[in-house]
Amino acid sequence: MKMFIRVLALVLLVLIISHPTADASQVHAELAHGSQLAGGPLRSFELPPWEDVQDVLMLRNYNTKLVVLSTMILGVASGFVGSFLLLRKRSLMGDALSHACLPGIVLLFIIMASAGGSGKSLVGLLLGASLTGIIGVGVVMLISSTSRVKDDAAMGIVLSVFFGIGIAMMTMVQKTPGQSSAGLIDFIYGKAASMVLQDFVLLSGVAVVIAALCLLLMKEFALLCFDQTFGKCIGLPVHLLDVLLMILVAAVTVLGMQAVGLILIIAYLVTPAATARFWTDNLRVMLLLSALFGAMSGWLGASLSALLPRMPAGAVIVLMAAVLFILSMLFGTSRGILKRVISHRQLKIKVGRQHMLRAVYELIELRYKTSAKLSLPNKSIHYANLLSHRTWSAASLSHLLRRGKREDHIEKFDGMHVSLTESGFGEAARITRNHRLWEIFLITHADIAPSHVDRDADSVEHVLSPEMVRELESALEAKIDTQVIPPSPHEFFVADKPEGEKEL
Amino acid sequence: MEPSHSASHPLAIHDLTVAYHRKPVIWDIDLDIPEGKLVGVIGPNGAGKSTLIKACMDLIPRASGEISIYGKPYKKQRSLVGYVPQRESVDWDFPVSAQDVVAMGLYRKVGWFKPVRKKHLDKAREMLSHVGIEHLAERQISQLSGGQQQRVFLARALAQEAKFYMMDEPFAAVDAATERAIVSLLRELKNQGKTCMVVHHDLATVAKYFDWVVLLNMRIVDAGPTDLVFTEENLRKTYGGKLSLLDEAAQAMRHGKSHK
Amino acid sequence: MTWMPADTSIVVVGSLCAVACALPGCFMVLRRMSMMGDAISHAVLPGLALGFLLTGSRASLPMFMGAAVMGLLTAYFTQSISKWGKVDRGAAMGITFTTMFALGLLLIVQATDHVDIDPGCVLYGALELTPFNTFGVIEMAGYIIDIPHSAIVLSIVLCMNLGIIILLFKEFKISAYDPELATTLGINAQLMHYLLMAMVAVTTVAAFESVGSIIVIAMLVVPAATAQLLTDNLKIMLVISAVVGVLAAVMGHISAIIVPPMLGFDGTSTSGMIAGSAGLLFMFVWLFAPRYGLVAKLFSSRKIEVPEMVASRDSACPK
Repeated sequence: MKMFIRVLALVLLVLIISHPTADASQVHAELAHGSQLAGGPLRSFELPPWEDVQDVLMLRNYNTKLVVLSTMILGVASGFVGSFLLLRKRSLMGDALSHACLPGIVLLFIIMASAGGSGKSLVGLLLGASLTGIIGVGVVMLISSTSRVKDDAAMGIVLSVFFGIGIAMMTMVQKTPGQSSAGLIDFIYGKAASMVLQDFVLLSGVAVVIAALCLLLMKEFALLCFDQTFGKCIGLPVHLLDVLLMILVAAVTVLGMQAVGLILIIAYLVTPAATARFWTDNLRVMLLLSALFGAMSGWLGASLSALLPRMPAGAVIVLMAAVLFILSMLFGTSRGILKRVISHRQLKIKVGRQHMLRAVYELIELRYKTSAKLSLPNKSIHYANLLSHRTWSAASLSHLLRRGKREDHIEKFDGMHVSLTESGFGEAARITRNHRLWEIFLITHADIAPSHVDRDADSVEHVLSPEMVRELESALEAKIDTQVIPPSPHEFFVADKPEGEKEL
Repeated sequence: MEPSHSASHPLAIHDLTVAYHRKPVIWDIDLDIPEGKLVGVIGPNGAGKSTLIKACMDLIPRASGEISIYGKPYKKQRSLVGYVPQRESVDWDFPVSAQDVVAMGLYRKVGWFKPVRKKHLDKAREMLSHVGIEHLAERQISQLSGGQQQRVFLARALAQEAKFYMMDEPFAAVDAATERAIVSLLRELKNQGKTCMVVHHDLATVAKYFDWVVLLNMRIVDAGPTDLVFTEENLRKTYGGKLSLLDEAAQAMRHGKSHK
Repeated sequence: MTWMPADTSIVVVGSLCAVACALPGCFMVLRRMSMMGDAISHAVLPGLALGFLLTGSRASLPMFMGAAVMGLLTAYFTQSISKWGKVDRGAAMGITFTTMFALGLLLIVQATDHVDIDPGCVLYGALELTPFNTFGVIEMAGYIIDIPHSAIVLSIVLCMNLGIIILLFKEFKISAYDPELATTLGINAQLMHYLLMAMVAVTTVAAFESVGSIIVIAMLVVPAATAQLLTDNLKIMLVISAVVGVLAAVMGHISAIIVPPMLGFDGTSTSGMIAGSAGLLFMFVWLFAPRYGLVAKLFSSRKIEVPEMVASRDSACPK
């Protein structure tokens, strides 16, 4: 992770250092060359004025409004579809599919051009793309189901062969004089800036249909992704649904190609969905968040690309999505790394505290021989006994004791004695009681030999919820008085040791 | 022999063979399951126990054979059959809660395009309470223990409200409490006149749990009431020369019989 | 159609590239990481761009290094994201390589002032220009056949790949077959994994200039998958995949000459045609392989081998 951030920082640095100065003619040469520049012939790296930033971000600037809006809508549609693609564990299928679209695009271009048109009707090109894209997915499934070639290799084959054929066909068109094929290459790298109103209407129309289908078929798709076999059993046409999902992926791919290009569209599909997964365990919420993240990436990316020179929209959108992904991976509230680290640490602290308090309580119990009702907290035990009560090092024990003191559980401790505060005593009694309840439960209900119980209880009681304790209490009511702490069902290891003579 | 395909048999299999890469997994199976029994399917690893169940539900293609559920092909009788797949067959990291999974058993009733409503979720909760984990209904499934996950699957099958249940290793790697819960559930189903066919691997508990057994090792070694069929000789035939297993089995049998 | 010396050098370069890719490709396919080739070949872009930005020249050592590092980083990030973020491996791969490719695109756009690194070139190359970029002679070589620059580079890479695979054959074999077993035997499967990734990355860079990365992706997967359908022996699989690679290069170039005129076009991309030919070869084998082919399977699927145990059907039948 650290490395990733360092690389990012390095790249940003290079970006900033290496800004060259040049004149407008070069820009035009570049545009003709096929590299993409969404921002117009601005060359210096001066930050745009704040009003411009506002205009673009608030969609007030007409020139960029279409682009930003369409990338946002696309983000919503791909967020929905991508979630199912991710949950179906078919993310890379989207990659194979998008590459397989190229021959269809070129084919339809050739057909339309030879029929007399300009060959650039978006609907036609998209139709062609869907055609070969779906064929490509079909071939992947066919190869992996009918031969020993695994699905990953099948995807690799379809991706490279279809794309290769597409490139060959495209080069044919380009090398033929009199054929204006400019614009075809935009499908590979994307060119959001070239979007016109007509494209926008088409895109948003299809995107709405895609999103609606995803929502309507949410439970069917969810079952397909979660448990295909069961789906089949209850009569769900899983193959049909699978094909439908792939068609939706193809549709998003095809729509997104114009904006981000067919290589990067897979990021649009996968990254927002994976980002959303860090924040929730609920499918509905995940779908909504995924759409939100998709739209955000599109909005930020397209705006940034419009505001800054030399920032191709597709690449910036993908990078924005990646930034959201990294942030979510670190800070996500459901599966983020930080959350897991913290909860792991909290559990460790909790376990340590419980071990320490229980050990103290057990020793008090031993020393003062009153197992039923211990109420006076100001009884102390010997530090040496505590140290030998469990297998812990002196360092870790004193660490636990110091924390206990901070938490007002330990009244005082020195090299000789340890004593509990009133609240510490209450807590220790509660913990010990839970532990014993659990032990007794295991012995009476699960036929577990008493000698094995202690370790099991150690691992379970720390995650025992109050409801669970109540359940245990009701299960055990017949056996023990609920107000008292039951005696330990097994002998302590230290019990046979002679007690220290000194008393406080 | 009773006539096959009779409508009173939850499951009638005739001449079933399933092959994988030309190697047969189960071979020439003829089997009639009587109604209202708890049927254990027993056999060594790789004997084709799961394959048998999956073939019955048209989940895998068969090389030959006919299968009927209450006298008709499975396709027409889906609503009569409940299924509990192996726990490992799904990704438990999936972002759904326990009650969502149970509600999946109701999807046929919910219908296409329609969302899962409150009444369906209530029903799902009711099923969860049947298996004793209603309090975990809202819990995401990865946060459940193995035994609880198995119970969720059982609850989902219950939600199907079928007459005939097929369960693939429901007792695999579950805690003692879950095992007891499953057994009492099976008995409850039996008392309601339903039939359960359960793939089982623990010989020690066969006689205790099931009143009918199918001994399977690629083909049917024997099938019938446990008292008659679960014999040392049949186990020897089923498990072949695995002597240690045989001893275990013999012990198990004595153990099981003494329990009765 | 007349065969010119230039054609020979195109075929030679194509074949060199194909074999250099096919060898590590076999292990990628066996380890079920075929898509990693696609990911790496996209993800080396920022490495190339950085190397170029820092040194200002193409095909320099820094560029190689940059790309190799990026290749390793792709493998590393993919693994860490799927491990730490609990993200599906495929998705982690997709996120990693698209991010890196996007970075590379941005960098290249920044660099386009200096020289023409065309992002398109990276993808589909300009194999047909190979003869014009000869070793030592920069301008216009025409019919005089010099050794193409890329032939030298690719030969070195091929020898390196071959050497590594021969030296570490059994280690690669066991780590491809069972990484955990390899680890218990004291072979660092992780290290082998990264070595393989480094080989793929370096091969990608060597190929990008002359043949483009599309050919790398195709040659990493298709010949290996084809060979997998023809044999069960790893050594033979390596040989077959190399042969398939060469065949695809030859067929690809010939069809690049023959096909466009038939369809009324002037010319096409040899790299694309080579990828297409490889696909054709795979399809042929998929259908007609003697043992694992579709046709052979269809003909034999009726017959089910009778197992010995069942052959003597003596025991009791169920009632």
